[in-house]
Amino acid sequence: MQDRVSAILSRFKSEESSLIPILQEVQAEFSYLPVDAMRRIARFLRVPESRVFGVASFYAQFRFTPMGKNRVMACRGTACHVRGAPRILEEISKFLGVQEGETTPDMKYTLETVACIGCCALAPCVMVNKEVHAKLTPATAKEVFAE
Amino acid sequence: MSFEAARQQATKEWKELQSGAVPLVYIGTATCGRSAGALRLLDAVRAELDKRKAAAQIVEVGCLGMCYAEPLVTVRKPNGTAVCYGNVTKDRAAEFVENCIVGDKPPADLVLGSIGEKSVPGVPDLFSIPALRPQVRRILRNCGSIDATNMNHYLAHGGYTGFARALQAGREKVIAELRDSGLRGRGGAGFPTWRKWQFCIDAKGDRKYIICNADEGDPGAFMNRSLLEGDPHVVLEGLLIAGFTIGASEGYIYCRAEYPLALERLRTAFGQMEKYGLLGDNILDSGFSFHVKIKEGAGAFVCGEETALIASIEGKRGMPRPRPPFPAVSGLWGKPTVINNVETLASVALILQNGAAWYAQAGTEKSRGTKTFALAGKVKCTGLIEVPFGIKLRDVVYGIGGGILNDKEFKAVQTGGPSGGCLPAAWLESPVDYESLAAAGSIVGSGGMVVMDEDNCMVDVARYFLDFTQKESCGECVPCRLGTKQMLDILKDITAGKGRPGDIELLLELAEGIKRGSLCGLGQTAPNPVLTTVKYFRSEYEAHIHEKKCPARVCKPLIHYRILTDKCKGCGLCLKNCPATAITGENKKIHVVDQSKCVKCGVCLEKCPRKFSAVECVPGAALQ
Repeated sequence: MQDRVSAILSRFKSEESSLIPILQEVQAEFSYLPVDAMRRIARFLRVPESRVFGVASFYAQFRFTPMGKNRVMACRGTACHVRGAPRILEEISKFLGVQEGETTPDMKYTLETVACIGCCALAPCVMVNKEVHAKLTPATAKEVFAE
Repeated sequence: MSFEAARQQATKEWKELQSGAVPLVYIGTATCGRSAGALRLLDAVRAELDKRKAAAQIVEVGCLGMCYAEPLVTVRKPNGTAVCYGNVTKDRAAEFVENCIVGDKPPADLVLGSIGEKSVPGVPDLFSIPALRPQVRRILRNCGSIDATNMNHYLAHGGYTGFARALQAGREKVIAELRDSGLRGRGGAGFPTWRKWQFCIDAKGDRKYIICNADEGDPGAFMNRSLLEGDPHVVLEGLLIAGFTIGASEGYIYCRAEYPLALERLRTAFGQMEKYGLLGDNILDSGFSFHVKIKEGAGAFVCGEETALIASIEGKRGMPRPRPPFPAVSGLWGKPTVINNVETLASVALILQNGAAWYAQAGTEKSRGTKTFALAGKVKCTGLIEVPFGIKLRDVVYGIGGGILNDKEFKAVQTGGPSGGCLPAAWLESPVDYESLAAAGSIVGSGGMVVMDEDNCMVDVARYFLDFTQKESCGECVPCRLGTKQMLDILKDITAGKGRPGDIELLLELAEGIKRGSLCGLGQTAPNPVLTTVKYFRSEYEAHIHEKKCPARVCKPLIHYRILTDKCKGCGLCLKNCPATAITGENKKIHVVDQSKCVKCGVCLEKCPRKFSAVECVPGAALQ
């Protein structure tokens, strides 16, 4: 793991403003922020570990547990909400057998909610990896998992 | 190649494209098009053309704004006619290629309208259809009609002439032009743009920065995403003009990581600008040097606030600090900094291209120009719209939006996201501008406009927004951190049927405290959704609290489902699908809901065949 972190750090200058981009790249590499990697980042930037943890825990993007193979993001935006997003989330949660923020035991899916995908005109929507599924209904919600 | 030569070359290329000998097919592949299956359609159309050995040129474009009819395709024939089609799904690709690209028998259910001067018999002019007629498309003029990844398309439409003009005229003339145009910041606060820039010019500093705020955090808003995906160069031209005018040699674009396509479009655009000498050192031999960096936002709504955004770029937690000093005096790394919204910068480019007088033709005395809105929620025609300030809300909801979905009753329109409010039918006659919406208790905000109908519970909507702001509060100010939590707890109680007399008064009291005691806009405006819903929909709160009923039938503890004995045919569909085994009844005999087991998921109502309509949702908990 240390090699992979080193490779990322070698692309950055040791300055405070690099912290968030470094965290983003480390998460892109590991799918989450391993504790050891964050310690390493703190040493690299010469800042207290608390600083790195503080920033990482502030932003919604960062995760401290490994993510499943597929990322399912149910949109909680206003347009989705008024067009029935809570029911969609319920259906998906029931189908996967996990709650928001959890990963299926087989590590296949991680279910997250997102403040807004920006696809409001086609609400309600769910994003699976990079694909947005629009105009869902409780009956069609499961179809987002069709491969 | 000089800029002028590049422009001429681009214009020539564009004309050649338009007068080609084969049909030209524009397919909208921005995020909304893609969600509706535009990429699958693209593949299917290509395959079908290959199969028929038919020639056509395909151009991927951004979003025309009529998201309700995605996927959108425009076909331009060699004879100069162009027709825009909607709802062109992959399954109809073969038929579409045959009748619309190769042949000339467009199916009526796909036709939206014709584009350009040449009319097509039996096809209305696209810009005269109800969803488009009230619109004035300036900022969005290129969205959906040019290839966002081809800078020549932008150049052929007057691109970067505004910047070239700014270089020649000098910063004082640019400021004067902006002042005359009356442009106000499009991020939400509506502060005059020229004044913000002037503050930064007047501020002392060896370095200055310009930041483009593309961290569109309001749930229910996607104007900036669409613009960046459909016409990124118009924003970048505005950024260049801003950098030149305030004397900044470095710019940042702070864009949400949730917008991967917008980020991709920006990165492509940077490369093209460098190639044309519009980015880097000594741009167009003017002595002006400018470099841009992208910062991906890591997901914090509060970072839409200027000082929090700066903290985030500096690598810190995105927490606001007191102002003054304003960023224009002491911003990024303590240097004078201007932060402008995506749409503000695009407007700057247009003003410099076309002049202040042209710009001020649209809009009202105090709110000049046009504004883009993300029209969503319970209207028939959802999408990205651009209207002149001063248009009536009714013309937006019923004209452009086409009225309420399934012809239900209009209840409210929510503007301004979590900082805005919900306006009832009485305000439909009100004009859309900064002052009028503020008088109603809401704001223009960045441009989210979510329409709600009789099936939406306003207490639930208020709870939804408070849930959002409470989670997004950065935690710095006690009134915001704890106050929003208290308000949310009360709203949760009310929607759970545990509301108590006096709750409404308590909410109003807390709202006042949070408004006064918070440092930044997030806290100061967080109570707005509650204040407006209490003001305009108080009876709904009272029904929840006193009668323990949710009139809109949304809040689960305050509703129940029942099976109508005179309509139930005993088909068993509800019984089979009930996840709580709360329904009993024999085949062909009337079924019954056991209220003690019912989890109120509503599956029975969804499953009951429409011809029977035997399941009913009733306000108020069931009598046990």
